[in-house]
Amino acid sequence: MTIGLTHYLVLSAVLFCIGLYGALTKRNAVIILMCIELMLNAVNITLIAFSSYVVPQLLTGQVFAIFVMVVAAAEVAVGLAIVLAMYRHFKDIDIDNINLLKW
Amino acid sequence: MGQAIAFWIMAVVMIAAALGVIFLRNVFRAALVLILCFIAVAGIYITLSADFLAAVQILVYVGAISVLIILAIMMTRGIQKGSPANKLKIPAAIVSAAVLGILIYVVTATPWSVSSQAPLADTTGPLAVQLFSENGYILPVLTGATLLLAAILGAIVITRENHK
Repeated sequence: MTIGLTHYLVLSAVLFCIGLYGALTKRNAVIILMCIELMLNAVNITLIAFSSYVVPQLLTGQVFAIFVMVVAAAEVAVGLAIVLAMYRHFKDIDIDNINLLKW
Repeated sequence: MGQAIAFWIMAVVMIAAALGVIFLRNVFRAALVLILCFIAVAGIYITLSADFLAAVQILVYVGAISVLIILAIMMTRGIQKGSPANKLKIPAAIVSAAVLGILIYVVTATPWSVSSQAPLADTTGPLAVQLFSENGYILPVLTGATLLLAAILGAIVITRENHK
């Protein structure tokens, strides 16, 4: 059977939900950032699949995927900087123990 | 046919690597299978005939982001053994399964208006035209450059040692 748009969309949905489960359950801050990267990759697959199946000559989805990558790079740089600052201040990167903003 | 074989190989590798990120106990190994997952995603882009984005995926994710993640793991090592889960395991599994079910239902139930045209064979030139032409996306491109500059400055400021 031929591979259609639905295959790609289901694949990216599975990847997104794996990332969602990890981001919700993990306690290590670096692992949570990794799971967020997984979710962003799933969104990129969706955008590119739509771009190549629905508007094959326009590339609009691919342009959008490039911007998602730019924002993901900025996000991971700042996120890991925050993790390192957290490590320096608390000697810990377990987010269950870092609850200064919680009352 | 070739596209189908490539798709299934990449899909299986990608899902297995993503599950490895979630379930491996060792943080460093989780980062390594995350890199494998990024490479499989690049392969998926190639099966979608998005050659430029596959190259960018290899350069940005496999090259840069994974190095950043491994650097962060190295610098915070010895603090936490493994990647333990918190108390939300069962609710998170329920929520994720529900989201997955809803997404798969919507995706399979919607009649997508798939175009019959073949996708562009070479996307680099048309992408450049889209991004940099007069009525293209030149303003978002410049905004993205500003965002990256702000992110770099923010990362430097946040991680800088405080000498007082």
